[in-house]
Amino acid sequence: MQYKSQSVAKPYFIAAIGLFIGQILFGLVMGLQYVWGDFLFPAIPFNVARMVHTNLLIVWLLFGFMGAAYYLIPEEAERELESPALAMLMFWIFLVAGALTVLGYLLVPYAGLAKLTFNSLLPTMGREFLEQPTITKIGIVIVALSFLYNVGMTVLKGRKTVVNLVLMTGLVGLAVMFLFSFYNPDNLVKDKFYWWWVVHLWVEGVWELILGAILAYVLIKTTGVDREVVEKWLYVIIAMTLITGIIGTGHHYFWIGTPEYWQWFGSVFSALEPIPFFMMTVFAFNMVNKRRREHPNKAAVLWALGTGVMAFLGAGVWGFLHTLAPVNYYTHGTQITAAHAHMSFYGAYVMIVLTIISYAMPLLRGRAAANSNKAQVVEMWSFWLMTISIVFLTLFLTAAGILQVYLQRVADVPLPFMVVQDKIVLFYWLREIAGLVFFIGLMIYVWSFFVKGEETKTA
Amino acid sequence: MSEVLTKTMARNIYYGGSLFFLLLFLGLTLHTEMKLPERDNRGAITEQVAHGKRLWEENNCIGCHTLLGEGAYFAPELGNVYTRFGNSTDVIKGFIKGRPADGIPNRRSMPQFNFTDDELEAIAQFLKYASEINTTKWPPNIQG
Ligand code: HEC
Ligand code: HEM
Ligand code: HEM
Ligand SMILES: [Fe+2]
Repeated sequence: MQYKSQSVAKPYFIAAIGLFIGQILFGLVMGLQYVWGDFLFPAIPFNVARMVHTNLLIVWLLFGFMGAAYYLIPEEAERELESPALAMLMFWIFLVAGALTVLGYLLVPYAGLAKLTFNSLLPTMGREFLEQPTITKIGIVIVALSFLYNVGMTVLKGRKTVVNLVLMTGLVGLAVMFLFSFYNPDNLVKDKFYWWWVVHLWVEGVWELILGAILAYVLIKTTGVDREVVEKWLYVIIAMTLITGIIGTGHHYFWIGTPEYWQWFGSVFSALEPIPFFMMTVFAFNMVNKRRREHPNKAAVLWALGTGVMAFLGAGVWGFLHTLAPVNYYTHGTQITAAHAHMSFYGAYVMIVLTIISYAMPLLRGRAAANSNKAQVVEMWSFWLMTISIVFLTLFLTAAGILQVYLQRVADVPLPFMVVQDKIVLFYWLREIAGLVFFIGLMIYVWSFFVKGEETKTA
Repeated sequence: MSEVLTKTMARNIYYGGSLFFLLLFLGLTLHTEMKLPERDNRGAITEQVAHGKRLWEENNCIGCHTLLGEGAYFAPELGNVYTRFGNSTDVIKGFIKGRPADGIPNRRSMPQFNFTDDELEAIAQFLKYASEINTTKWPPNIQG
């Protein structure tokens, strides 16, 4: 760690991991509700567990992105962060607002929460992933603005590297696209149309810039490959991201009341969306093969390579699987979607945050370059357990999805939804088992932070 | 990566390509906005339907159900429930009203929301409106 102010990243990373644990616990609750319909009913209905699961996911990834920015932006800009105090203040505001919101979901019926927070003044609640009370959304905007001011000033007054500029573009884009969550017309089609400007243009647009920048930074640091080479790769990757991903939004405009030409635009451009993900994989392996030094943090390199591969599998392969309009006609809104959602979110965004944590945390904790070998071995075990179990979780959901599509939408005598769900319950049991293994992997991950042992020295 | 492509060229492709496709996207959005009135059943959006949409949101129905294929996959698709229930808002109202407060043992359960009659009517009208949006023949059949 070269700059003192980088240390504000540490609480952000710790909070991220804490909320990650909460996310998975609620995932396991829902997994049980899939097989035991009345589990915890009516205390925690499925929809409440789902809000907690997905909102915690988004919030902890945002903590991770902010921590990453606070860590790497000063180092790239070669100066201290504009205001570490502001960063700490925002940390507590974000954490408390997040905790209150989740408590609100769990303790008050959702309609009561809507009343309590005056949703009728500016109704934004009750849409998937954007369930937060309007006041929480405003809080998120305020936190985002002060965050952007803080890192933005640091970049402006310091050295302007490509990594910093791309990261800033991604973060500004994240905040700008979030503003569309305040637009909620009575017209359902328009509501859905612009809802995707938040969701799709996040994960298949601006977040990919953040992902690319963090990956590039970690690869520069761990492989010692020339910056020029890395920066060229980064530009090509994000160029392909936006060239394919913006019009690729059309793959959500097939069946929601939008004109039919979106079937062409959406299918063709989103079919090209795997390209940037594939390039990320090639990029990561290429840089590691060309490495000019052996960085002692083997775990961080493993996470970086894993991000490339799993993002390509989850987003690229599982995305392509259902993105062509004639296929999506049958798979739209089934367990196939859930399968893709899990592997893509894990492979791209969970893993990139764990990559930067793996790289930065030892330095934030005052190690010379990396954790002890023993701690790294434990961390790598958790890498394999979590990664393999999410692959299985995805495979089980894919099997469930194929059966669901066939029985409910293709068969000569299509069966009702609830009947079909009963017939495929075996795969939901298997999903729950995969989820339990994932949770064990996560516990081992947490444990790896407490493993002592002799520190490895700088290469 | 090959030497033919310089960093400056890569950067220009990024800026130029992104800008071009962003503008194309905005153009398509404008065109879609112009075409929507033919498809989105906006004529049916009465005050009651708007109220129904608010109730739909403020009770987080999307947390269990899909609507036009988007949402959660725990409970039936509701974009076409009006047709599935024989084009009857009464059956929809009866179903929602009839949910037992403690759920159904061993079955996925839907909460009892204790709606007033006006609220039930608004939700049912909202679901009727949704079912009459032109979704290019989706879902494939009545089961959703
Ligand atoms: C906690 C999850 C949950 C929430 C929240 C929920 N539902 Fe349901 N809903 C279900 C389940 C499960 C079924 C299937 C019940 C059955 O078949 O026994 C269902 C069935 C229905 C049906 C009948 C569908 C059919 O084809 O049989 C309608 C209509 C419906 N819900 C409307 C709503 C509305 C409107 C809301 C919001 C006010 C809502 N639901 C909120 C779980 C939920
Ligand atoms: C890291 C990148 C990605 C993430 C995190 C991601 C995540 C998601 C999520 C969460 C959904 C479900 C949204 C909902 O609840 O309705 C979804 C839907 C979808 N995704 Fe992705 N995705 C990514 C990349 C891709 C790519 C590259 C493609 C195409 C090649 C793709 C194709 C699709 C399609 C077609 C749907 C709609 C499914 C349906 O009709 O139900 N995704 N994605
Ligand atoms: C890091 C790991 C995980 C990530 C990134 C993740 C992410 C997500 C996302 C993005 C959704 C929304 C899906 C959509 O709308 O299409 C979701 C829903 C869900 N997740 Fe997870 N999840 C993870 C782990 C788990 C685990 C371990 C379980 C349980 C075994 C689980 C169970 C569920 C369930 C049941 C749903 C609801 C699906 C539905 O709507 O019917 N998740 N998760
Ligand atoms: Fe998408």
